[in-house]
Amino acid sequence: MKPPPFEYHSPSTVEEACALLGSLEDAKVLAGGQSLVPLLNFRLARPSHLVDINRIPGLDAIYERDGGVAVQALARQAGVEDSELVARVCPLLTAAVRLVAHRVIRNRGTVCGSLAHADPASELPAVLLALGGHVIARSARGDRVIEAGTFFRGVFETALEPDELLVEAWFPASPGPFAILEESRRHGDFALAGVVRAADRLALFGVAPTPVLADPADPARGLRPSGDLEATPEFRLHLVRTLTDRAFAA
Amino acid sequence: MKVNGFVHPAQRDPRRLLSDHLRHDLGLTGTHVGCEHGVCGCCTVLFDGAPVRSCLMLAVQAEGHEVSTVEGLAVLGAPLHPVQQAFHECHGLQCGFCTPGFVMSVVGLLAQHPNPTREQIEEGISGNLCRCTGYASIRRAVQRASELSQQTPSPLRGEGWGKGR
Repeated sequence: MKPPPFEYHSPSTVEEACALLGSLEDAKVLAGGQSLVPLLNFRLARPSHLVDINRIPGLDAIYERDGGVAVQALARQAGVEDSELVARVCPLLTAAVRLVAHRVIRNRGTVCGSLAHADPASELPAVLLALGGHVIARSARGDRVIEAGTFFRGVFETALEPDELLVEAWFPASPGPFAILEESRRHGDFALAGVVRAADRLALFGVAPTPVLADPADPARGLRPSGDLEATPEFRLHLVRTLTDRAFAA
Repeated sequence: MKVNGFVHPAQRDPRRLLSDHLRHDLGLTGTHVGCEHGVCGCCTVLFDGAPVRSCLMLAVQAEGHEVSTVEGLAVLGAPLHPVQQAFHECHGLQCGFCTPGFVMSVVGLLAQHPNPTREQIEEGISGNLCRCTGYASIRRAVQRASELSQQTPSPLRGEGWGKGR
């Protein structure tokens, strides 16, 4: 299999990466590649330029900041899964990352990449939304903090500008009761529907173009999930109600 | 890039996937390709010690790194790697197409969990598809591999194994 033609760039600093993103037409950032490379292989994505950030040193930290956990662009999902800091400060994130595909995928995939990719059925965007976290977008113009509530715009769409690199995601601590529950056809598959509870906040995934906040007392209100071969809209609504009940039962 | 301990010249075409580079440029056809979008697991190799999908990496990304394929586990004529031996003993394969990927995933799994529980085994092999065995014999093979690995220390088990990077 061969991806479509692209020009390959491998910057060694964040500044260089941002300069490339600011000057190139139709460029995509390549981090873990666990979503982008399948799209390239199937030629569903045909970017003119790939900006591979994997050779930028010092961009893989996971550290405590402002009472939460900051995860930099190249921190792999497996690293977040194994992080004692994350388990202590934000155990919801530990629980969520374990639901992302399989360990072999998580060895390469990044948390920030999952957020920037913004798959509607992905767990991590819903976790960021439930916790009220944010991301930091960097460009030659400077840094911009984007709250989770305004970051996710649509299916695979975020508030990132073409010249911006998502350099860090911040997840607030999850001290209260939390849960992430999902239903999928096979272990590791994308969820048919899922719920994230962070104390009294509830976020849903897999049932709308973006993750959405919902009322725990009536989580399916106003939802119009799509139907496909794997689940009808009615079944997805049923899952939302049932999983919410379970998440708040504890 | 270093593959199974040998340095190979760089691949210059950025469109070359690591899986295709291993098979077509280096002749290491033990790494199989199935779905080529990261679902089936049969192209799994070790990248700096951790199992990854070689169909989801570009060969240029492996430059300056170490890749281990199933060919690197045991030299011809030498005893099999404990994981290979266990698959052999427990009939952990039938047609064998998925086997290199399973073997490399299990090498990574045992580096992370030398004595895996049943749940850890199932989680560890859940990213690999097998259409012949029904997985029961593969699960037994992983248990056996765990026993064998502790009797025979493998030269490939070193620091940093199974850690995400």
